[in-house]
Amino acid sequence: MTRDAGLDSDGRGVLAALREFGLSGVEEARLVRVYICAGDFSLREAENIAREFLADPVVDMFSVNGFVTSSCGKHEATVEIIRRVGVMDPAEASVLKGIREIGLDAQWVRTARKYVLRGDVAKDELKSAALKVLANEVIEEVVVGRDVKALAPEGEAYEFVRGEVRLDGLNDAELAALSAKGQLYLSLAEMKTVQEYFRKLGRKPTDVELETIAQTWSEHCVHKTFRGRIRYREEGGSEELIDNLLKSTVAKVTRELDKKWCWSVFVDNAGVIDFDGKNGAVFKVETHNHPSAIEPYGGAGTGIGGVIRDPLGTGLGAKPVMNTDVFCFGNPDTLPADVPNGCLHPLRVLKGVVSGVRDYGNRMGIPTANGAVCFDPRYVGNPLVFCGNVAIIPKDMAKKRKPTSGQVAVVCGGRTGRDGIHGATFSSVELDEDSEMVSSGAVQIGNPIEEKKVADFILRARDAGLYSCITDCGAGGLSSALGEMGEDCGVEVELDKVPLKYAGLSYTEIWISEAQERMVISVDEKDLPALRKLADEENVEITVIARFTEDKHLRLKYGGVEVGCLDMEFLHEGIPQIEREAVWKAPRHEEPKIAEKENYGEDLKSLLGSWNACSKEWIIRQYDHEVQANSVLKPLQGELHDGPGDAAVIAPVLGSKKALAVSNGINPKYSDIDPYHMAASAIDEALRNIIAVGGSLERCAILDNFCWGNCDKPDRLAGLVRAAKACYDVGKAYGVPFISGKDSLNNEFGVGKDTICIPGTLLISALAVMDDLSRAVSMDSKEAGNYIYLVGTTKNELGGSLFYALHGAVGNSVPQVDVELGKKVFAAVSAVSAKGLARAIHDCSEGGAAMAAAEMAFAGGLGMDLEITPLAGDLPTHVILFSESNSRFLVEVPRDQADEFVQVVEGQGAPVRRIGVVTNTGRFFVTRGGKQVIDESLTDLKAAWQTPLAL
Amino acid sequence: MTTPRAMILRTAGTNCDVETKFAFELAGGAAELVHINHLVADRDPFAEYQILALPGGFTYGDDVAAGKVMAVELTHVLGEKLTAFVERGGLIIGICNGFQTLIKTGLLPEAKFARPGTRQATLVHNDSHKFEARWVKMKAAENTVCVFVEPGSEIEMPAAHGEGKLICRSEEVLQNLIARGQVVYRYVSRGGGEPSYPEDPNGSIDHVAGICDESGRIFGLMPHPERHLFAYHHPRWTREKRTGEGEGLRIFRKAVEYCQNC
Repeated sequence: MTRDAGLDSDGRGVLAALREFGLSGVEEARLVRVYICAGDFSLREAENIAREFLADPVVDMFSVNGFVTSSCGKHEATVEIIRRVGVMDPAEASVLKGIREIGLDAQWVRTARKYVLRGDVAKDELKSAALKVLANEVIEEVVVGRDVKALAPEGEAYEFVRGEVRLDGLNDAELAALSAKGQLYLSLAEMKTVQEYFRKLGRKPTDVELETIAQTWSEHCVHKTFRGRIRYREEGGSEELIDNLLKSTVAKVTRELDKKWCWSVFVDNAGVIDFDGKNGAVFKVETHNHPSAIEPYGGAGTGIGGVIRDPLGTGLGAKPVMNTDVFCFGNPDTLPADVPNGCLHPLRVLKGVVSGVRDYGNRMGIPTANGAVCFDPRYVGNPLVFCGNVAIIPKDMAKKRKPTSGQVAVVCGGRTGRDGIHGATFSSVELDEDSEMVSSGAVQIGNPIEEKKVADFILRARDAGLYSCITDCGAGGLSSALGEMGEDCGVEVELDKVPLKYAGLSYTEIWISEAQERMVISVDEKDLPALRKLADEENVEITVIARFTEDKHLRLKYGGVEVGCLDMEFLHEGIPQIEREAVWKAPRHEEPKIAEKENYGEDLKSLLGSWNACSKEWIIRQYDHEVQANSVLKPLQGELHDGPGDAAVIAPVLGSKKALAVSNGINPKYSDIDPYHMAASAIDEALRNIIAVGGSLERCAILDNFCWGNCDKPDRLAGLVRAAKACYDVGKAYGVPFISGKDSLNNEFGVGKDTICIPGTLLISALAVMDDLSRAVSMDSKEAGNYIYLVGTTKNELGGSLFYALHGAVGNSVPQVDVELGKKVFAAVSAVSAKGLARAIHDCSEGGAAMAAAEMAFAGGLGMDLEITPLAGDLPTHVILFSESNSRFLVEVPRDQADEFVQVVEGQGAPVRRIGVVTNTGRFFVTRGGKQVIDESLTDLKAAWQTPLAL
Repeated sequence: MTTPRAMILRTAGTNCDVETKFAFELAGGAAELVHINHLVADRDPFAEYQILALPGGFTYGDDVAAGKVMAVELTHVLGEKLTAFVERGGLIIGICNGFQTLIKTGLLPEAKFARPGTRQATLVHNDSHKFEARWVKMKAAENTVCVFVEPGSEIEMPAAHGEGKLICRSEEVLQNLIARGQVVYRYVSRGGGEPSYPEDPNGSIDHVAGICDESGRIFGLMPHPERHLFAYHHPRWTREKRTGEGEGLRIFRKAVEYCQNC
């Protein structure tokens, strides 16, 4: 069916995209939505389906088995795009349901998009254009000029054969080849350990046993790098042996701080802290990088879907209340010729990722209220997609549970298909131009409505006390979920009981499929009838697939035949600890020579318009950030709701004044100088953002997400070690525990003999409890006449800054964190907002104090007069304006409260200077010693900031 | 005086049910979340209720068109029961996806289930062709018959949708809606005048944001009153020092009061 031309905005979008691609001969494009419905119904019944259900009588035209658009002869071409057979089509279930409600029955449904183009178009050109801009070959087929074959979305029958693999007698090279060929990605040492294990047992492993070990031992699942031994040294220095980097840095902060309000840390899918005495706040952030590189929409959507299942599978199950999203992409203006083979253009990745997050998060009814986007050319082959979820859980349900022997394991939600095979192992290796082909099986397409149903069902079953333990199916699928649940007691799984999307899956595929939207719970058999009733009410499929035993073994059966039997202890503890070398050699960058200028207005506008600093409103508006009615401070703030907020504040318990502030800190550019200071600055930034919205560090926890290159390389690993060390030093000093974390390594993209390695990237996500939401402070300037203060100290720290980047330099003077100073500044600003003395607070980060002040001014729609002399000392003007020194805030204070404000800040020992006043001139005016250095209209500054990403 | 009871109808993909229930409770009513599967077997599932709310969300993924699968389900599974509820004088409010559902059954604007192919109005993709979340200001028509709103009043709340552009089958349909007081809310600019994008976030005909049936008892709107229950929900509460209740609560309170006075 198709829509009136005037309403066919899809068609117009496609026309624009094709013309932009270079098909200048296209004059018109129309979208025709195609539903291929197989069923035993007459033409008249099919017409009824179309008339009553599929078409909108006010605006659509439709045709059954025919053409809905009138032909205009030879100047017409059609291109049809349909999901590949076996790829999830979330619409199928809904269409089947609608047809059923009408009283008819369809066997299967496929949906497709057909574009009818008018104008002068060559077929081969059209095909390549369609592949580039309209479809993704990994999941979709493109057919030009004829109708799609109506293939049933079903697989072929499966014939059961128990498969064994010979390990005995294989030499090193043969073991390595076996690991590579089977996409096991186990190291030689690991393969040898496996070989030895089965030699002792005196038998061959089965295929599924090897796969299980590969999944369980993947970098993604066990974090070998962080848990391994590292010989670390700085060039010319002595060697330090680090046994388990995670335990000796990140987790050590938490252990030493030993906060009573940390309810569950590092032992579950997500961390839990005390929210209001009755409920815990749960937080988890993880990455979904590799899938998003290959299929941005599906990758990002399932990234969100996956991280939502983490809190849902924490303790006895938490209710999701907010999402966060942080992305790192190549520059949107990258020339197509500069995009390596096998990579999608960064702009396409960006648009796909944003749509994926939008469609999954919005459909789940979870507000996406905080995020960030970083750009750097080195993310072109390895875009980073960090997805986070905050949830609420009752106190007595917050602790991790384990199943008991005799209970059964029930899988709830989505069926299992061939999607996402080898996701866990695939995500633990480097990508190259062939990755797209090798790993298309690793791509998953999400179905958020399935997950919403599962979440609704789980929370009801939880409150009814119908299960005793829960976990999600994430990386590694059932293999990880059941392997982990049965770790202490043992479990026997009947793989033929697992409900499938279509026939044809082998038992191994069933076991390791990462099909989405599945949760596993352990249930007493007596509770099964009640559980089934609840599941029926919520239209959720549940199936008993395993039983927990006492023999501490993982047993896999298919049709009664045992296809796998592994000792739980070997599976979980048998992995050989790796030992690696890390050597740090501090890079020296050329120090740019920047002469002082008379006027910095143009520089300020360039910085505001840089990819990293510019407005992300185009993205933010596509996310529902207010569903659940918990929004207190939104991501966009100010008179016209378009200024950049520092952190989200939500009140997740309806009617309660208790709130949560959620923020992030990330600045990979500093890694080019020293990952230590990069990490320290990321922590400082995340905490600054919490403080800026009126929060405090009193009950504030943080999460780490490391994305790094290949840590087999000593220089990469050394950077990682340095970043982890900073986590310990700064986290400990600020008194903020880490409660959860994740790492994604091997983010390098092979191009010929070389690789493009991402800058070492650490995302710090912060979560803080606020007792009274009415103390929240937004960043927009409020009223002419109010004073502007700078709290904190500006130093000559332009290394890695946006300002240096503008001048094509990196420099060496990277911003450092002075924790003693930082503690005073944070305490001072928290005290100010607790007393209600601040009308606006904004933190100084990328672009420095000048950028922060400009953002406050145009967000408030008011002018600002600043005199920077009191900050000057001997510093050059551009340093005062643009240095990115940590632990600094701009605070707007009413004149009649100025004395009290200064008293409070100085009482905490923090440096404070009055630097100006809010005006109603509509101009941003900065002087040094009375001499003007910036004089710009707010309209121009705001336009510079808003234009670049107004897509 | 009895406490009016609201049924918050939910199904797969409903996601504003909890806050809509909370809104009715805050407004002095009683409210319950009820899954549509619960209604099928019951002879008169609406007997104990004075208000039916269809909350926001993405029922069945909004596949085919927003609210469409749910509309077909309501028509075929609950048609007679719902018609009886309407004839008995029950109130219905559809918010966002609920509005999309009501209009696709025909209950809006005609207060009855439309025969296939005969609907008078629909909601289609925003002119911007994307989902957008932003606050809007609306003004109630002076002649509106809608029992949920004060004629002529202004109100702010967030809109968050991708398919909110109202289209009528003909100009005559629209003129009739206007003349009979069935146009409830129109988007207006911050100053109160004719809005342009994004003050009108979707390009609706005549900037219409919400409509009702001829009796005023069935009401649908795209923006979300249940997301402006407290002053702190407002995007400028820190600027304008807003405290206390939010404006959206008025809609729920009017409904509860209407039922109490019946």
